[in-house]
Amino acid sequence: MMAGWLAAFVLVVPILSAGATTLAQGAPRLQGWLSLLGSYVLLVVSVALLLVVLRDGMVVLQSGNWAAPFGITFAVDSLGAVMTVIAAITGAACLTFGLGEIGEAERRAWFHPLSHVLLLGVCGAFLTGDLFNLYVWFEVMLIASFGLMTVGGTKAQIDGAVKYVALNLVATLMFLLAVALIYGLTGTLNFADIARSVPTVSNVGLLTAAATLLMAAFGMKAAVFPLFFWLPAAYHTPLVSVSAVFAGLLTKVGVYALIRAFTLLFTHDPGWTHTLLLWIAGLTMVTGVLGAAAQTEMRRILSWHIISQIGYMVMGLALATPLGLIGSVFYLVHHIIVKANLFLIAGVAARLTGSMELKRIGGLYRSAPWLGVLFFIPAFSLAGFPPLSGFWAKLVLVRAALEIGSWWIAAAALVTGLLTIYSMTKIWAEAFWKPHPAGEAAARPLGEAPTVMLLPISALAAGTVVIGLFAQPFYVVAERAALELLDPASYIAAVLGGAK
Amino acid sequence: MSSLILRAGTRILAPTMLLFSVFLLWRGHNLPGGGFIGGLVATSAIALQGIAFGPASVRRTLVFPPATIAGAGVLIAALSALPAALAGLPFFTGLWLKLNLGDGAVLPLSTPLVFDIGVYLTVIGGVCALIAALEEEPALEDQDTGG
Repeated sequence: MMAGWLAAFVLVVPILSAGATTLAQGAPRLQGWLSLLGSYVLLVVSVALLLVVLRDGMVVLQSGNWAAPFGITFAVDSLGAVMTVIAAITGAACLTFGLGEIGEAERRAWFHPLSHVLLLGVCGAFLTGDLFNLYVWFEVMLIASFGLMTVGGTKAQIDGAVKYVALNLVATLMFLLAVALIYGLTGTLNFADIARSVPTVSNVGLLTAAATLLMAAFGMKAAVFPLFFWLPAAYHTPLVSVSAVFAGLLTKVGVYALIRAFTLLFTHDPGWTHTLLLWIAGLTMVTGVLGAAAQTEMRRILSWHIISQIGYMVMGLALATPLGLIGSVFYLVHHIIVKANLFLIAGVAARLTGSMELKRIGGLYRSAPWLGVLFFIPAFSLAGFPPLSGFWAKLVLVRAALEIGSWWIAAAALVTGLLTIYSMTKIWAEAFWKPHPAGEAAARPLGEAPTVMLLPISALAAGTVVIGLFAQPFYVVAERAALELLDPASYIAAVLGGAK
Repeated sequence: MSSLILRAGTRILAPTMLLFSVFLLWRGHNLPGGGFIGGLVATSAIALQGIAFGPASVRRTLVFPPATIAGAGVLIAALSALPAALAGLPFFTGLWLKLNLGDGAVLPLSTPLVFDIGVYLTVIGGVCALIAALEEEPALEDQDTGG
């Protein structure tokens, strides 16, 4: 009971924060503090939830006291709890960073309430145990993200937002169609109940079609090959604090949904679904990293790298072995922290030098050497250098691939890692190493960036180092999450146990 | 727009629609209706007034800026989920308080009603903010966000 309330508070806290910051719209200082307070309370609540899940096992909340499969079920396993904590960390980091970036105009465009609604949608998606409810949380998240995208109101932002909205609506439509098909076939939308009904469905062909449609919908949200075009068109335009949350979290909600759907719901035809996922994973990695190589703007380079990294996470899911899923979960955690941080660092770099465009900037190593160190950690973690977090994530995934003899995907993963180094070196050489084209004085010292921007960057970089140096406890949690994913029977029992 | 017929009609229609919206909100418990549809009907009344008498009169009617109403609605709706904790029941469990009015008449008050009132206010505030943003010049929008 208490644990169920803890899960509920993960949703109640961002709702209250959104409501309170809306009421405080006329009082800028109060609103800023409320917003920050909300994000840190969310962090505390989600960490408490994770600890409870790790101690006592799955937390199931039947809201309104309506038993599953009739009510709205929230089911929190280790993966859901871990993802919620990471979402809260990203939210807290980016809202802290935002204190230094958000001006009066951005504040008036409802930056704070929208941010909390976004966190609400993300956390809801991680906690829900119901397919239609997942759709609702996706919508909550998307509507907030549409608003956040245009905070600032420049032409480029509106252009990016229109593409983002249009393509995401297509994905939403596919999602709804899949939901309707699945409801028609199984008569239920509760995850556990669907999982229980899938083996009894006689029309397997239609079921696989619905599963594939769902894969396309989640795949588009996750920005996998060949459905990723909206991402590089949009992610370089919003405010830095907004794009860091997007880069860290939003696509990963799609990956999470893919993992949930293809471990719990649709394991009836892995010869089709998981083989398809493996191809998607390989092509996503390679196209993403090649796309990045062609870019010269920092956030565009980083956006293309999101795509290539998504490939790694899908790869672990497609392998469907314990080691593969451990790799996916570990990669999710590592990636969200590293990627959000890289976007924040790009924001500071642009602030100190005047642009995100690599051709027009430089000299940062001379003027702000510590920013170089802060960039070095996530960048080389992304590329998979030991002993940083990305090394362990890639190591586990490559081993998982070799274990079952998928040589080509292991090769694709290694080549992608190598090409990632190329892009990171490019940012390093252009932004940090070469002199600023407008003269030495054009690159400002680090002291000119607000402390509230440097704090979250340092904290996230420290997190990356900690995950890298003390990987064992993180690995143990990832292993536990993976083993739970491979055991749908206990998920079903935990949710429906009372109803049977 | 200034039309005598519209203004005369609105004087009768708008209050009727507002009353009807409260009726819908109230009956939404077990019958078709509820906070969402009630809020939309109320917003139609407010929009009608805006068309007939201009945006300034809407601001006077609403007293608070639309966004404040929406924010308060969200808070009320969220808080309606919490009393269940005191009763040791799961999140969002409905609780009823049955007031005996004498003569066998019972007035059931419940947390779902509180939730619906929250939704009602959120819809009014949200949709009015949308209409205001479309109807008014940016200069007036500044007052909106000043609450």
